[in-house]
Amino acid sequence: MSGAFFDEMYAAGGQCRPHYREFARWLADTPLELLAQRRREADLLFHRAGITFTLYGDEQGTERLIPFDIIPRSIKASEWQVIERGCIQRVQALNMFLADIYHEQRILKAGIIPAEQVLANEGYQVAMRGLGLHRGLYAHIAGVDLVRDGDGSYYVLEDNLRTPSGVSYMLEDRKMMMRLFPELFAAQRIAPIDHYPNLLLDTLRSASPLDNPTVVVLTPGRFNSAYFEHAFLAREMGVELVEGADLFVRDDRVFMRTTCGPQPVDVIYRRLDDAFLDPLTFNPESMLGVPGLIAAYRLGNVVLANAVGTGVADDKSIYPYVGEMIRFYLDEAPILKNVPTWQCRKPAELSHVLANLEHLVVKETQGSGGYGMLVGPASTAAQIEAFRLRLKARPQDYIAQPTLCLSTCPTFVESGIAPRHIDLRPFVLSGSQTRLVPGGLTRVALREGSLVVNSSQGGGTKDTWVVED
Amino acid sequence: MLSRTAADLYWMSRYLERAENLARMLEVSYSLSLMPQAGRSDGHAELAMSLLAAGTLEDYKARHGALDTEHMLHFFALDEANPGSIYCCLRAARSNAHAVRGRITADMWENINATWLEMRAIAGNGLGRYGISQFCEWVRERSHLFRGATSGTIMRNEAYGFIRLGTFIERADNTLRLLDARYEMFGEESEEVSDKSARGYYQWSALLRALSSFEAFNEIYRNAPNAEQVSEMLLLRAEVPRSLHACIQELDLELSNLPGINGRPAQRLAAGLNARLRYTGIDEILDAGLHAWLIEFIDQVRDLGQAIHDAYLEVV
Repeated sequence: MSGAFFDEMYAAGGQCRPHYREFARWLADTPLELLAQRRREADLLFHRAGITFTLYGDEQGTERLIPFDIIPRSIKASEWQVIERGCIQRVQALNMFLADIYHEQRILKAGIIPAEQVLANEGYQVAMRGLGLHRGLYAHIAGVDLVRDGDGSYYVLEDNLRTPSGVSYMLEDRKMMMRLFPELFAAQRIAPIDHYPNLLLDTLRSASPLDNPTVVVLTPGRFNSAYFEHAFLAREMGVELVEGADLFVRDDRVFMRTTCGPQPVDVIYRRLDDAFLDPLTFNPESMLGVPGLIAAYRLGNVVLANAVGTGVADDKSIYPYVGEMIRFYLDEAPILKNVPTWQCRKPAELSHVLANLEHLVVKETQGSGGYGMLVGPASTAAQIEAFRLRLKARPQDYIAQPTLCLSTCPTFVESGIAPRHIDLRPFVLSGSQTRLVPGGLTRVALREGSLVVNSSQGGGTKDTWVVED
Repeated sequence: MLSRTAADLYWMSRYLERAENLARMLEVSYSLSLMPQAGRSDGHAELAMSLLAAGTLEDYKARHGALDTEHMLHFFALDEANPGSIYCCLRAARSNAHAVRGRITADMWENINATWLEMRAIAGNGLGRYGISQFCEWVRERSHLFRGATSGTIMRNEAYGFIRLGTFIERADNTLRLLDARYEMFGEESEEVSDKSARGYYQWSALLRALSSFEAFNEIYRNAPNAEQVSEMLLLRAEVPRSLHACIQELDLELSNLPGINGRPAQRLAAGLNARLRYTGIDEILDAGLHAWLIEFIDQVRDLGQAIHDAYLEVV
């Protein structure tokens, strides 16, 4: 991995990349004052529309805006086609992996992944063993996090196979850009993404063997950080947004309580973690779930999307093996690269990590949202030493990766237009076919030099364009 | 539709209607409290009447003790700790709307969300800067706007039905309570004071203005307002949109339009009340005693609310 940053808009010599030329021309003609005014307008519109998220640990439960940046992230179409094929390949292999480890376990028997790494994993759900799922699909909706290193090549940072979020921002960012700057969309061909809710509904329907299944979105409720997204997707798909208390199980069938009495439910797009789904099977303290849901699920009377037990496949300790999975199940070479990863549970790799903490990024295998990680180069000596103790105490809970030189994209910040680091999360839908809408969600670390793009850590979002070369 | 969704829609419109009614009440009480009145020169009784009608006078006394204009206005309009304040009603309405934002139109959501954001700003600055009348006018206007956005954008389906039910059950209750409180306020005096006295005129016309019915009264009766005619109009005249009969008629209609058979008890109750108002004369009501009649009807409206709850909104 090289040291210099790759900038999405400008090549090393400072000249604009071809697929950004149209935009650069527009930007040069647009006074900064107008951009500032449009950005304020965007903030106001987002606030009024209530496009917000809630931060955990914030006692007041304050609703916050995710900062929206008006300078888009642009990907040329030829490049996108590679990403698209790579994501499809990856998610297909991951689904086959999940079907395998809950049935024959061929990949474990072949010795490609150590069995205890899978079977003793927190995310492995014994309740899923031997359970046949329609089309053999587990992760109907996946978010693949991609970053670009100094030389511009794409790396997969992680796979999100549980309840990946952010797609509503992808859609709202596009709507906002089209509203603020319609002239940009007239000047060039930017691939549309608005049909995502349609594809999602189609995917959810095809997860059921029934002809015309009733689909619902299950949310933990309006105090969840992603509630806006749950409501947004339910509305866009035209299906009910339900909470646990709206559902009940009778005779191993799931019903929702309606003003006309109980109505059967066939597919549940659940935005609730496994542990909260059913107090009879998992966390007995959960008030969010539906008692008896898993029994109904095991009898095939209801479809859960994503399936229970997908967490084992996006665990960071399994991540290093995804390339092997692709070779094993599909007999293909991986299209997208993995970031080199040291597994701290292996003593040799641990000692390398301990010796190089100040250069590495260390993550919890079960962590998400940018919590509980160490970014070596950005940490003080004291922070590194504190982390070293935690790492030594439970090495099996951590992996380490080199600090990537995340690519940058010009971003409108207080001081004007300056480069900020970004990533990309395309959303992969698996149903009767595996598909994506062009682009995905681009997250941007708004603080200068920061590499952490999570919204909980001060990240913002950008509209993501796939532009014809 | 989900029972919980129906409940949120119903309470969203109930709370908004309640906020509007509180503002109407406050506006009139405040302006009357400024009028010179024999023995009531501080105007406290007027403001206290608003609290009484809203059912929060006891809470107020427990919190603040003596009647004090500043305290009463704040308690009534902005107090976060008073669940019956305009502030809390708007917060509750917005919170219900938030829970069902997938089922209301973007116009409706943005409207009620903007109302709440502005309410918070007003509460932050205090009423002093805003002025009571202007504040009350603002609340009324926001409620009108929301109703307009609703009627102009939402599909005529069950969701619309439950929104309407919430509005009219709250409004029916409010009209009954306002009339009762104003009548109480007059108390024994109403017998002695000629209805043509200046005081009687201001009392009754204030009530009519609070219910935006002053013009209607003039058109129907062409007379100075008096107890009998004001009561007749506010209780029995279905063509006056804030009258009891108009509200019950709407409730009857909306209930009979809802699908399913689980709503029969509520439908029967509404139809019964509607028929009763249709075939009752004001003389019968006054013979029975206005206060007693109003109290009994308030109970009937509460029972109807309960029946709606049992049939459609109960989550358990």
